[in-house]
Amino acid sequence: MNVVKLIASELFGMFVDDEFLALAVLAIVAIAAIVAWISSTPVLAGIFLLVGCVGVLVASVRQASRKSRL
Amino acid sequence: MITWATAAPAISASFLASLVEVVEAFTIVLAVGTVRGWRPALLGAGAALAVLAALVLSLGPLLDRVPLHALQLVIGVLLLLFGLRWLRKAILRAGGIMPLHDETKAFAQQEASLHDAQRRDEAHLDWIAGLTAFKAVVLEGLEVVFIVIAVGSGRGLIVPAAIGALAACALVLLIGIVVHRPLASVPENTLKFGVGVMLSAFGVFWTGEGLGVPWPGQDLSILALAVLFLTVGLLSVRAIKSPAREARS
Repeated sequence: MNVVKLIASELFGMFVDDEFLALAVLAIVAIAAIVAWISSTPVLAGIFLLVGCVGVLVASVRQASRKSRL
Repeated sequence: MITWATAAPAISASFLASLVEVVEAFTIVLAVGTVRGWRPALLGAGAALAVLAALVLSLGPLLDRVPLHALQLVIGVLLLLFGLRWLRKAILRAGGIMPLHDETKAFAQQEASLHDAQRRDEAHLDWIAGLTAFKAVVLEGLEVVFIVIAVGSGRGLIVPAAIGALAACALVLLIGIVVHRPLASVPENTLKFGVGVMLSAFGVFWTGEGLGVPWPGQDLSILALAVLFLTVGLLSVRAIKSPAREARS
C-alpha cells in the first residue's frame, strides 16, 4: 500500500512542485483556449500562451529567489 | 513521413531526460547491490521494468483511440507543467538558490539506510533491498515513460523517442558496469536545464496545436520556442545569481 501511495504522490509531484507555477500555467492555458475560440486569428492564442508561460516561469523563479534571501 | 527536423528534438529530449532519470535509479540499484548483493537488486529492478513495460503496452493502444487534437492538448498541458517545473528547478540550482543533486551523497544515504536495517537485524532484509530497487526504478522510470509518450505521441514519434530512452539506459548501464560506482560526474543540472528547455518548448507547441494555433514554420517552430526558453532561462540564472552573490558578500 505504501508503494502505491508513494507512486501516486510521485506522479502528482512530477507535474506539481510549485503550486503557483502549476495553477498559473493552467489559468494561461484556459485563457488561451478562450482566445482561440473567440478570436478570428488563432495565432493570438499561441502568442498569449507563449508569453504567459515565459512570464509565469520568470515570476516563479523570482519569487523563489526572493524567498531564499529572506 | 518522419523527417530529422521532426524526430531529432523528440529523440534528443527523451535521450537526455532518460539519462538523468536512469543515472538516479542506477545509484540506488548500485547501493542495494553493494550492500545486500545483486540478487535482490536485480530482481527488484527487473520487476520494476516489467511493471513499466506493462504500463507502456497498455497505454499505447489507448492513445491511438484518442482524437489527435485532444491528445495534443492534454499531452501539451502535462508537458508544460512537467517541463517548466524542471526548468525552474534547474534555473534555481544553477543560480545557487537550491543545492545541486549529488549522486555520491544519494548513494551514501541509501547505503547508510540499508546498513541501518541490517544492524536492526530486520527480518526479510532481501525484501526490503529488492523493494528499494523496485521503487527507485519504478519512480524514475515513470518519468521516462511519460517523457517518451509525451514527446512521441503527438506526431507518431513514440518509436524514435523510445529508441532515445533505450539508448540512454544502455549508455548508463555500460558506463556503470565499467566504473562500478555512482555516476557523480554526469552534469545533471546542465542536462536538466536542457531537457526543461526542450520539454517546455514541446509543451507550448503541442498545447497550441491542440487549440488550433497555426505555428509559423510548423514543427520547426519547436526549435525557435526552445531558443526562447533557453535565453529566458540563462537570463534568469544571471538575474538571480547577482543578488545571491551580493547577499553572501
